[in-house]
Amino acid sequence: MDNNSVAMEIHRDDTGSKMGMWLFLLTELLLFGGMFLLYASYRFIYPENFKVAAERLDITVGTINTIILLTSSLTVALSLAAIRNKQKVFSLYLLMFTILCGGAFLVNKYFEWSTKIHHGIYPKGPEMANLSDGEVLFYGLYYTMTGLHALHVLVGLIFIAIVCYFVYKDKITFDNNQKLENAGLYWHLVDIIWIFLFPLFYLIH
Amino acid sequence: MNNHITHTGENYGLYIVVWLGLVALTLITVALAGFNLLYLTVVTALAIAIVKSLLVVNYFMHVKTDSPVFKIFIGVSVATFIIMVILTFFDLTFRVPIK
Repeated sequence: MDNNSVAMEIHRDDTGSKMGMWLFLLTELLLFGGMFLLYASYRFIYPENFKVAAERLDITVGTINTIILLTSSLTVALSLAAIRNKQKVFSLYLLMFTILCGGAFLVNKYFEWSTKIHHGIYPKGPEMANLSDGEVLFYGLYYTMTGLHALHVLVGLIFIAIVCYFVYKDKITFDNNQKLENAGLYWHLVDIIWIFLFPLFYLIH
Repeated sequence: MNNHITHTGENYGLYIVVWLGLVALTLITVALAGFNLLYLTVVTALAIAIVKSLLVVNYFMHVKTDSPVFKIFIGVSVATFIIMVILTFFDLTFRVPIK
């Protein structure tokens, strides 16, 4: 028996890997879906209170954050295209730009939340006693849903940073890039959730 | 069986066009929010959000060109969610208020 001469072939299943990622993303969809359903139910019961509460949110900051996330989605999609086109350095720059965008989004979110907290609008905050039931529910949902979304942005950033390191170390290459595609899929999901959060919280008038 | 997928000749232009569409739709939603369209406000905002997510799913997430199995995955999940929404709103609409 001469087994030593048999070359080892490392098993890799790109389609299976992508399916696993999609199944996970769809559980995320249902997680946020449940929250959107709660939002829809309370908005149905308290339509006027929701309008009044939404007027305190800054549309400009919301719009800027939307465009930042859309741009980061573009750059992560381009980074995958770049690595497939054998442009490793370009792909790395695009991934770093994506991380920068995600960071900028979180910094904006930090200032937005700080302003609200400064005005006493937070769970059990001093201003909350003066608000109607519907407004309290609106802000409760606002903090829960944008908070969980921000947590997803943070996880996405870590995911992209790891993938960025793999590209640098040539563990992700033009013919082996499923990890990068999966990180991109996660980031796009985070973008899609924000696409719905933005009009539902900032643009009710 | 070869499970390795190699893509070549990716076109950057398409992604940039999709991104421009997404930014334009965002600006349209914000502009429309300035008008009082009553019930249509939430309908237009959601319609635009759905169009935007379809762009992201089809082009950025490659579902348009991927194997049809991913469309089935997404269809089943979205259908499940829509059933939950419909049942909840039946309850909200027809429930007798507790006195």
